[in-house]
Amino acid sequence: MMAKLKPEDLSRIAEKMRRQTLLREGAGRAKVTVHMGTCGISAGARKIMTTLLGLIDQQQVQDVILTTSGCAGLCSREPMMTVEIKDKAPVKYVDLDEKKTLTIFTDHVLGGEIVTDFALGMGSERVS
Amino acid sequence: MIVQPEGIFYQMLTVENIPNLVEEHLVKGRPVDKLMYVPSKGKPPIPKLSDIAFFSKQRLVVLKNRGLIDPEKIDEYIARDGYQALAKALTSMDSEQVIEQVKGSGLRGRGGAGFSTGLKWELTRKSSGNGKYIICNADEGDPGAFMDRSIIESDPHSVLEGMVIGAYAIGAAEGCIYIREEYPLATKRLHIAIDQAREYGLLGEDILGSGFSFDITVHRGAGAFVCGEETSLIGSLQGQTPEPRIRPPFPAQSGLWGKPTNINNVETWANIPTIINRGAEWFASIGTESSKGTKVFSVVGKVNNTGLVEVPMGMTMREIVFDIGGGIPGGKKFKAVQTGGPSGGCIPESLVDLPIDYERLMEVGSIMGSGGLIVMDEETCMVDVARYFLDFLRSESCGKCTTCREGIAAMHDIVADICNGKGEPENIGLLEELAEAIKDASLCALGGTAPNPVLSTLRYFRDEYDAHIKDKKCPAGVCRALISYRIDPEKCKGCMLCGKHCPEKAIGGEPKGPQTIDLEKCIKCGVCRESCKFEAVLIE
Repeated sequence: MMAKLKPEDLSRIAEKMRRQTLLREGAGRAKVTVHMGTCGISAGARKIMTTLLGLIDQQQVQDVILTTSGCAGLCSREPMMTVEIKDKAPVKYVDLDEKKTLTIFTDHVLGGEIVTDFALGMGSERVS
Repeated sequence: MIVQPEGIFYQMLTVENIPNLVEEHLVKGRPVDKLMYVPSKGKPPIPKLSDIAFFSKQRLVVLKNRGLIDPEKIDEYIARDGYQALAKALTSMDSEQVIEQVKGSGLRGRGGAGFSTGLKWELTRKSSGNGKYIICNADEGDPGAFMDRSIIESDPHSVLEGMVIGAYAIGAAEGCIYIREEYPLATKRLHIAIDQAREYGLLGEDILGSGFSFDITVHRGAGAFVCGEETSLIGSLQGQTPEPRIRPPFPAQSGLWGKPTNINNVETWANIPTIINRGAEWFASIGTESSKGTKVFSVVGKVNNTGLVEVPMGMTMREIVFDIGGGIPGGKKFKAVQTGGPSGGCIPESLVDLPIDYERLMEVGSIMGSGGLIVMDEETCMVDVARYFLDFLRSESCGKCTTCREGIAAMHDIVADICNGKGEPENIGLLEELAEAIKDASLCALGGTAPNPVLSTLRYFRDEYDAHIKDKKCPAGVCRALISYRIDPEKCKGCMLCGKHCPEKAIGGEPKGPQTIDLEKCIKCGVCRESCKFEAVLIE
């Protein structure tokens, strides 16, 4: 059972999470996010996730954070994933399949080269 | 160096580069290509999201965490200032101040009706009686709408946080989320979020040590459209037949189990944390005179980029369809956009520059609704669209009111007859008469708005009705009884692909010679037209 929070605990958790998840603070070298809303899953996002899990396991990759999140908004281009290499802008990949995922994992996640053929764009969305 | 908000990376900068960069990019807004991060091997840089119209025209308030956090980890929500608004409300504001903020923000119900959220809260708060409830309406039922599902799936805590703040303001100790059974992933993520919030003491007894207690339960609905109507929803929660009842008393006076109850839609709740964090004034600075903030739309239909978009109120339909949506596929002509689901209406091309807000949509015979936005092109038959919505509504009518139960069915049969080439000129008058009766004599919004799809298509596309009735033609080439397929001998190359795909073996002809369709055998399925690579199959 976790302790009940006090208001000041929120910033402590936020700080801890930022340290853990923000690559520039040293948690990992790359972060791969597979967008798994209902729309993404129906377009095949689970296969992308399984492929990535397999690759990480098979190649004993230690410094890549693999995570999921909800829909990225562009249903017509799913499945989608975002690859973020330490100190670089995040890159969104669209219309994925297993083969493309393998290429992106090898070239971009491990090799640091953006796979321009499959990339939609880089940077982040405007948040108010 | 990174320049926000575009997120442009500049690399290998020297002191000499800086004046040029500041002048060009920061002052004039022109990114300096030669200094930008470029992948090696001389490949062109990939575009920035801020240069892609689909993303750049959006403004994320409700969807601020989309694609960025793992919805199953509360810590990731907290890391993006999650539950800060709740802490702020509980420690530094009394309930009246919270309501003042929500009222001042101008937030209106995102479920469709557009009633002032702050006012609704105030009415429930001022209602006498203890044991007040708040409800989150996640019974999203409009065809083509998936805003609420996506909000819950990508950021469930934003809804929970909004609800706890609302409960504090209203003085409710219990909350319910009514979510449809068709949303299993959203339901699962809600349960995970609620469990995690309870563990942290963000739900339950003595939230954040403030002395305020509140908890949330999740209730699954069986997916009846009428349950989105608030009194039906309450009936369903109580285990009764989900039928609307007469208002007043409004739920604010007598709702769930006879107690004062405040119902808001998912998107409305999800707006609350940002309003408390950033303040009413900030929120009210976005949008139009009467409609503040942003609206989430699910853009579907005959449009290149389908998806979930969040735009400031007041954006024009043209920007949504052509800039964000990327226009109509296949070079087809845009015809109309349908908003508000079965209760809404069609907005024709002539009104595409209309800025979107509650009042303006109402003026042109549609409604904001919950945010479904269906784009239609020249190959969409507007009479068939009206028939589709009537078919949906006649099966979703709960049957309590005669006008709704029988009237919608009667309207459906007339419109179906028109589609089948059996329309008579006097049908139009009868449809209008039925529409008035259904609107006047139905208890709830389902019946009250059911004639809208017919009325709005009659208003803007009367010529299509006339073509069906008088000329027995369907100009869009959709209504099967009124069309026939023909192969243009000039264009046909005799590749015989159409004949290969025809399920009825209705196409014949010599190889390399023009093919012909046997109209006796043809079932008008359109497979030949889809398979033809030379656009030789015509609809007449």
